[in-house]
Amino acid sequence: MLNFIDTVGEAVSGIKDGSTVMIGGFGNAGQPFELIDALLESGATDLTVVNNNAGQADQGLALLIKEGRVRKMICSFPRQSDSWHFDARYKAGDIELELVPQGNLAERIRAAGAGIGGFFTPTGYGTMLAEGKEARLLDGKWQVFETPIHADVALIKALKADGKGNLVYRKTARNFGPIMAAAAKHTIVQVSEIVPTGALDPENVVTPGIYVNSIVKVA
Amino acid sequence: MSIQTSLQTSATPLGRDDLARLVARDIVPGSFVNLGIGQPTLVSNYLTEEQNITLHTENGMLGMGPEAKDEEIDGDLINAGKIPVTELPGASYFHHADSFAIMRGGHLDICVLGAFQVSATGDLANWHTGAPDAIPAVGGAMDLATGAKDVFVMMTLLTRDGVSKLVERCSYPLTGVGCVTRVYTDKAVFLIGPDGVTVRETFGCTFEELQALVPVPLVPFKEKAAGAAVGV
Repeated sequence: MLNFIDTVGEAVSGIKDGSTVMIGGFGNAGQPFELIDALLESGATDLTVVNNNAGQADQGLALLIKEGRVRKMICSFPRQSDSWHFDARYKAGDIELELVPQGNLAERIRAAGAGIGGFFTPTGYGTMLAEGKEARLLDGKWQVFETPIHADVALIKALKADGKGNLVYRKTARNFGPIMAAAAKHTIVQVSEIVPTGALDPENVVTPGIYVNSIVKVA
Repeated sequence: MSIQTSLQTSATPLGRDDLARLVARDIVPGSFVNLGIGQPTLVSNYLTEEQNITLHTENGMLGMGPEAKDEEIDGDLINAGKIPVTELPGASYFHHADSFAIMRGGHLDICVLGAFQVSATGDLANWHTGAPDAIPAVGGAMDLATGAKDVFVMMTLLTRDGVSKLVERCSYPLTGVGCVTRVYTDKAVFLIGPDGVTVRETFGCTFEELQALVPVPLVPFKEKAAGAAVGV
């Protein structure tokens, strides 16, 4: 069921404490700042957040972490020059970290959306990030078993949506949006523009509306 | 293009830019290439139009252009280091799972990465010092190291304390096993293959002086020893 929602606050109001929330974006590109701010405002806590990073500077995901709403981060690259809120929580032992090589992160998210129960990948074999995981020699390469990452909710940012929820993105802000939209039970999208149904060329739709539940336009 | 048949030696060690120029020159025309964050990014300054190289960035783009300046800066168009870049004609965008399928699926010809250590068998350590208080962050390093057909490393040969980063066995946590094919350093270019570690060129030292610095048996480049000639 697709809903067009007037405010970001209303869009995130159903997110419960303890949820797993995927948040799109690579650095600031594609990060749905307005939805994240609304999630912070909603007071939802004890969250597991899936994102490539663990927040930058004093905005977006970094503030959720600062306010202690995030119990666990699943990400590939938490440490950056301006990830001071994550760094402080991590060093204090206040936040759990599941560190995943970026391609494994993407493929685990994709697998969840595609109904795949797990897969073998050469990435990470022989490293500490594969410790304790099953490995097999397949196609002449040692490969490690990885499992899908499912989520209750995905918060993503796209450029445009049409009346059917079809999405197009902009440049490298696409990043995790399409795969997170498919992996979550409920996908909330903030867009810059809502166009009439039929205005998007079907050949150019990146995320079909079937993966989208809520759309909110953000100025 | 000429064919190198023996070890070459120059009078002085290479600076960072000279090293980047050398790596750029060695990239086969028409290649799809991913340049890692930091020193490897310098390589893009020396790629020529005639080489027709397509640059990949892990956050979902082929056909990446130079760093964006002034009015070109667009927050939606960044590279893996989160620096604003530009797009070239023929560029394409794709989502993250596709971007890493490009790596893992063996479609990238070359990636160029920095390193803490490289072992004699091509193991790479470049993501984590292993220090107990360090916050680990891996990004796309393991995917690149495992997926690209050729993994070139750029690094200084010695640490600040004068210890070789080319080692028998890495002491830092590994990024990938047996993945590095070439190591470009300020003092030498090393080729890593089934025959061991071959020295293609030295800079500011002789082969013997280099061997004295590196705790790994080295073989001077000869056409036969390397198995195939290297175009230079």
